[in-house]
Amino acid sequence: MQEAIQAAEFAEETTRFMPPREDVEAELLDDTSIWSSLKSMLKNNKLAALSLAVIVIVILMAVFAPIVAPYDPNFQDADNLRFAAPSMAHWLGCDELGRDVFSRLIYGARVSLVIGLVPTLIAMTIGTVMGLMSGYMGKKVDFIIMRFADIVLAFPSLLLAMVVMYTLGASLVNIFIALSIVKWAGTARIVRAQTLSLKEKEFVEAAKAVGVKKWIIMMRHILPNCIPNLIVLFSLNIPDSIMSESSLSFLGIGAVPPSTSWGLMVYRGKQYLFNYPWLTLAPGVAILILVLAFNFLGDGVRDALDPYLKD
Amino acid sequence: MARYILKRVLISIPVLIGVVFVIFFMLNVVPGDPVTLMMGEHIKPDLIEAFRERMGLDDPFIVQFFNYLKNAVQGDFGMSYKLNREVSGLIFQAFPHTLKLTLWAALVAWIIGIPAGILSAVKQNTLVDRGFMTFSLMGVSMPVFWAGLLLQYVFAYKLGWLPVTGYKTWQAMIMPSLVLGWSSAGTIARLTRSNLLEIMKNDFIRTARAKGLKEGTVVVGHALKNAMLPVVTMMAIQVSSLLGGAVMTESIFGIPGLGRVAVSAIGDRDMPLLQGTIIFTTMLIIAGNLIADLLYSVLDPRIRVE
Repeated sequence: MQEAIQAAEFAEETTRFMPPREDVEAELLDDTSIWSSLKSMLKNNKLAALSLAVIVIVILMAVFAPIVAPYDPNFQDADNLRFAAPSMAHWLGCDELGRDVFSRLIYGARVSLVIGLVPTLIAMTIGTVMGLMSGYMGKKVDFIIMRFADIVLAFPSLLLAMVVMYTLGASLVNIFIALSIVKWAGTARIVRAQTLSLKEKEFVEAAKAVGVKKWIIMMRHILPNCIPNLIVLFSLNIPDSIMSESSLSFLGIGAVPPSTSWGLMVYRGKQYLFNYPWLTLAPGVAILILVLAFNFLGDGVRDALDPYLKD
Repeated sequence: MARYILKRVLISIPVLIGVVFVIFFMLNVVPGDPVTLMMGEHIKPDLIEAFRERMGLDDPFIVQFFNYLKNAVQGDFGMSYKLNREVSGLIFQAFPHTLKLTLWAALVAWIIGIPAGILSAVKQNTLVDRGFMTFSLMGVSMPVFWAGLLLQYVFAYKLGWLPVTGYKTWQAMIMPSLVLGWSSAGTIARLTRSNLLEIMKNDFIRTARAKGLKEGTVVVGHALKNAMLPVVTMMAIQVSSLLGGAVMTESIFGIPGLGRVAVSAIGDRDMPLLQGTIIFTTMLIIAGNLIADLLYSVLDPRIRVE
């Protein structure tokens, strides 16, 4: 009993010097606050605004590909247009089968965007829950989750994805599965490290002392403090997924022809690198621009949402 | 400390067994008969039967697994189906090439990444910050295989300064190390910067400044030590991504390392070779994770791993 009173006094004492808890939560969880922070970030951070514009343009191009693309991406005219150099009619030239490279790039954006978002979201959701549980609950839960994560992390991610793709066969859904299996553990480890250090903080002690349930502490007190790192990770993982797909396609076990993927286009263009460099250059630049845009935007979002970094 | 190290080494053993099991399971559900693959399709059935028995391919899955595990512990990863040579011999032939490439790339990553992250944080929102972050982000955003092709086009084909492929001379190692290390440097720089910025807002940094300490001492002595914990985690993860990236780098630059062996094993459906290569590589990464865990407790004594 005496200990409980001391704990409550300690909690009161320590929280007195911190911003009121409700305010902190409001700042982190209130949707309007997040939106207004994002809006003002986009006003002030031109690079992030430009990146968002690039991403929106790529999304629109992917969605309206049949309208935007000047030619059918699979239309072949090997007799007249084989290796045609970039011109007004074919902005980025034509490939070895006489297909328009620009039209193929536009259709390829569909694959890259879906691959960037879906497996990343799946993997990070799993990873965050695992990391929180592992770090906060400790003991057996921590041991089991972390050994499981160790097994996954122990594999070179590309090799594991290659083995999964080899076992399941090349297809878009299998890329989702392969990348989700490969990528959750990295998030789990980082969230766990963060949770381990956060759970020693006074506000968690205080919440524990007043009898807040474990899962509420994890979700409402620890998780919001992990969000800055999660956003940085998210911004690193989206491009990472896009690049993993292009690597798998580059090795011939990702996207399957005739569907277009930027990685596949680089792979096919590679053979003609020295004579027709635009076949490799165009899809490579497209990957670079999209991935850079996601990274710049991610940086801006982080600066906007992290209360510690706010000026 | 010795007890802790021993404990962590012992914990790694089940992880390693788990790794072997996962790979063994995944590769054994792959369709396709290895015997047909190795001996061709027009072989007498009794020969095939004798071969299956000799290789233990008729045993139940779990028996095959434990036999494999028993042999693997003794350094015997079986025979390559395609090359008809001992897998361990092929691995040890390839390993030095991958080790050399990974070490060079890691060096490039750390030498560029950590100082770039620190400088960007200290000079936040200046031209220096923007410059370093753009350079880092270019590295993160550029697919390893594409960067490799681009460098080959410019420095080997157009300028003729460096060999297109190869691994024997230091000139030949320049492009592969840069390509592989640059992307990791970007990741490390970003994480160093973001963590340092977060730590720099803390009260103890204000106190250190109020005491009149020099800015360099505040950053390196007080802030950096606290900011390095997630960076160390990331560095351990980076070792695995470097080894993964080495697959692409080795393919492009014609380096006969483990990654290239694994890729050709996948193409040839050479399961023992693929299994052996991946298991060997993961052993290295488990050692890397162990070192990272030990570094945690050195860097942040608050974290006591139970």
